[in-house]
Amino acid sequence: MSTLLATAVGVLYATAIYLILRRSIVKLVIGLVLLSNAANLLIFTSSGLTRYAPPLIPEGASAVVDGIVADPLAQALILTAIVIGFGVLAFAVVLIHRAYEVVKADDMDQMKDTDT
Amino acid sequence: MSMPNRPDSLILRVTGHFLLPLLIMFSLFLLLRGHNEPGGGFIGGLVASAAIALHLFFTSVQSARRLIWVDPRDLIGWGLCIAIASGLFGMFSGLPFLGALWVELSVPIFGMLKVGTPLLFDIGVYLVVIGTVLNILLALAEAEDA
Amino acid sequence: MLYALLGGFGVAALAPWLHQLFGRHSGWALALWPATLFIYFSGFLAGVNDGPVLLQHNWIPSLGIQLSFMVDGLSLLFALLISGIGIFIVAFAGRYLEGHRDLGRFYAILLAFMASMLGLVLSDNLIALFVFWELTSITSYLLIGFNHEDAAARRSALQGLFVTVGGGLALMTGLIMLAMVGGSYELSSLLNQGDVIREHALYAPMLWLILLGAFTKSAQFPFHFWLPNAMAAPTPVSAYLHSATMVKAGVYLLARLNPALGGTELWLTVLGSVGAITLFIGIWLALRSTGIKKVLAYSTVMALGTLTMLIGLGTPLAVTAAMAFLLAHSLYKGALFMVAGIIDHETGSKDLRDTGGLFRAMPITAVVAGIAALSLAGVIPMFGFVAKELLFDAALKNAASWILALVIAGTIMTVAVGALIGFLPWYGAPVKTKKQPHEPAPALLAGPVVLALLGLGFGIAAPWVDRMLLGAAATAVAGVPVDYPVSLWHGFNTPLLLSIISLIAGLLLYRWRQHFHHHTRFTEVLARTGPERGYDLVMAWLIKVSAWQTGFFQSGYLRYYLLIILLTFMALVWTVLLLYWPALSFGIHLQGIQLHEYVLVFVLMAAAVAAARTDSRLGAVASLGAVGFTVALLYVMFSAPDLGITQVLVETLTVILLVLVLFRLPKFLRLTSTALRLRDVLVASAVGITMTCLLLFAADARLYESISHWHVAQSVPSGYGRNIVNVILVDFRALDTLGEIFVLALAATGVLAMIRLRAEDKRK
Repeated sequence: MSTLLATAVGVLYATAIYLILRRSIVKLVIGLVLLSNAANLLIFTSSGLTRYAPPLIPEGASAVVDGIVADPLAQALILTAIVIGFGVLAFAVVLIHRAYEVVKADDMDQMKDTDT
Repeated sequence: MSMPNRPDSLILRVTGHFLLPLLIMFSLFLLLRGHNEPGGGFIGGLVASAAIALHLFFTSVQSARRLIWVDPRDLIGWGLCIAIASGLFGMFSGLPFLGALWVELSVPIFGMLKVGTPLLFDIGVYLVVIGTVLNILLALAEAEDA
Repeated sequence: MLYALLGGFGVAALAPWLHQLFGRHSGWALALWPATLFIYFSGFLAGVNDGPVLLQHNWIPSLGIQLSFMVDGLSLLFALLISGIGIFIVAFAGRYLEGHRDLGRFYAILLAFMASMLGLVLSDNLIALFVFWELTSITSYLLIGFNHEDAAARRSALQGLFVTVGGGLALMTGLIMLAMVGGSYELSSLLNQGDVIREHALYAPMLWLILLGAFTKSAQFPFHFWLPNAMAAPTPVSAYLHSATMVKAGVYLLARLNPALGGTELWLTVLGSVGAITLFIGIWLALRSTGIKKVLAYSTVMALGTLTMLIGLGTPLAVTAAMAFLLAHSLYKGALFMVAGIIDHETGSKDLRDTGGLFRAMPITAVVAGIAALSLAGVIPMFGFVAKELLFDAALKNAASWILALVIAGTIMTVAVGALIGFLPWYGAPVKTKKQPHEPAPALLAGPVVLALLGLGFGIAAPWVDRMLLGAAATAVAGVPVDYPVSLWHGFNTPLLLSIISLIAGLLLYRWRQHFHHHTRFTEVLARTGPERGYDLVMAWLIKVSAWQTGFFQSGYLRYYLLIILLTFMALVWTVLLLYWPALSFGIHLQGIQLHEYVLVFVLMAAAVAAARTDSRLGAVASLGAVGFTVALLYVMFSAPDLGITQVLVETLTVILLVLVLFRLPKFLRLTSTALRLRDVLVASAVGITMTCLLLFAADARLYESISHWHVAQSVPSGYGRNIVNVILVDFRALDTLGEIFVLALAATGVLAMIRLRAEDKRK
């Protein structure tokens, strides 16, 4: 399964990068969303994939039953990354919105100079 | 709020009205049980803000603002303060900053409950998440109206 | 001790204010600080023969950096010179720069320099030593460029800064290597590790780096050019930094590290030859100069060369000679520089050719200059004579013959230079000067008088000086007890004979100096093509390269920045991957995948490609949603319920956000040509393949044991929670989470600020 997901991560990265390289800022934003998904999935896959063993300890027990659960540390990292990704996305969206209002174009080449 | 295609449907408005308190309750439930089952401050906060965002879609910005009765900005501030304060408790007891302290409380109905500073911290996270998301969404929606 | 050092910075910070308070007496008032320090350090004299005194304060304990200080003969000698000469320099400056509008600033930098220099010579910790070392470079830069409206001063200041700080970088690397090899950052323990350090494979590179630092600081050939240029500084600065203290920092370092690094063939060869060449070139250029300060500056270069050479020889005799020479030089050079300042102050002239017959106007100054010049020339009974006898003795016994020849030639020219300074301006026919000269104020005269008389007194009481401090200093440098008798009169021997010969030859050279000048004109060609020209070329090249690379990298187009970053990233990753290729395994794990998983991943990839290809905004948002929800499903399927929930919620909010904003923006346009699109497709695919490969390699390689087990095991016992992910978030790694909610708060604040700005724009 990790091979399959690794391929998916590659595809996500490739599409994200392609979109970020566009001149249109809207595409840039879409690329950013894809990129944060790609990065999260990258961490998730590289921490090892486990089926049917969420990092939860059953009621009353003090440790997991057979000792094997999915890596909780990677999940904690990704959880905050998802939320922060949203915060950054919101910031970026508002920023390009503002920029568009000033420059009146969805073209980054017209935002090259700082004094426009 | 004047959404591009505002869903002016009675069914949506009524369900939205009934759904909202349920969703908020659900978010609190997720927050409080987060230490033991899936959930926690991030998830609870997102559920609560999604609920209010839905309300925003069905009604208006003014209504949504009335609904949360505090400025979302204040929620962020309170959330950060609570999170930091939860860390200070540990410091006063000789632990490092954010070191966890636990006490057992006997609460009627629930029986013995373990209450600790991590829960307080999670409440801080919950408030910051709600504050941030609502802040952004409300600001954007108001900007569209203006 | 800590107060003595850090207090200096405090006094420096207060200096401009104190200057206001005391007005024209500020020089004397501020001189009280170095005087206090001098008395404080004198207190250590009594115990200096009993071995080093160590004092420690924790600074950054987690990095093993301590503010620890070591007082032994060597550091005490320096500390006394720095604080002692400092007294007169501060008083001198108060008078010399009286009425200057920036005098307060001058005091501040000068005192800060003094504190840094003291820190440098007293530090026991290598990192602290380096910090103080750099502080002296920076304060020196500010002092050389004190007259910042003068382009030449600015240029000289920058030159001094580049040369010394460039060497400082090398020094830092060398010191870190030294600490790695010696296993400690404390000098006091490193100095006992000499045998281990000298045998280590890193010895040679480490030595070269440290020497680079020391040579640039102490103006050794080929870095000697910055020192004479530093004479753009006000004279008190030249007298203090560029004769008595800062330039000796390099010499101090060499002397300090001699027990740890010295004694090898490499050490002897490099220090001996560089020192001897510097000695000769320095005094040669001194004799060919006509500006009073230039003559003194080049003769300082000569002295620094001599010290380096003597430390290189490293025998007990040689280090005793080095310490004696250091003391003698600081005394007479400080005095002579201040005399040069007096001449400048009183006559308005800085050139030897514009002065003459000044004895009648200022007899005391003339006599003092004469005494100091005698010490420079090494005439009995001055302390300079004692030092020179030791120098001859050491060179005769231990140095190669070509070095001895350079030493003798240098000494002959030094005598001539002494006559140039001590005789030429004062006697003979008076030359009309810009100002009517007369005897200077006591504040100006105090320094030269005291220092010159000390040079005389120490000469007569040489054995006493040796017993009090020099012996201990030499012991510290040699690393073994040194007890070489130092006295004025050693009887009739070869050194004395050499002294007499060089005295006579030097006076003859002075007599025929016009011929010397005439016949050595050919060397001016060398000066034009010398190391300073190299410095200029390097600087010009640096500017050209930085202009080119700024133009290349900072194009202003986001996609070019990204392209550069991505291509660099891939080049680095693939270099490493190919280097370790044989060791990497590449497993294909496709067994046990269920049909719905294939479908899910396929949907994910298809949605991502659709998001990239679509020309409709709604299509793009819908594809994004599909990507997000499939990822959420993957999280749930592979045992991450919390992630799944979070992802679904965030995805919902993202769609709301994009709907709110994106549809206010114009429709997609086709902005780039097909060729450019093809290029981007290629780059993007290459990045994708790189990431996939990285992930595949990473899946099969586990270099370190995972730390997650600890979290799993401790979640209930110490976190009281059964959801391990949540326990990590709010307890084990709560500080990270705190940082993250701060980031969220910042993003919200930023959004709010932008919306408000917009509202204000609209109102206008």
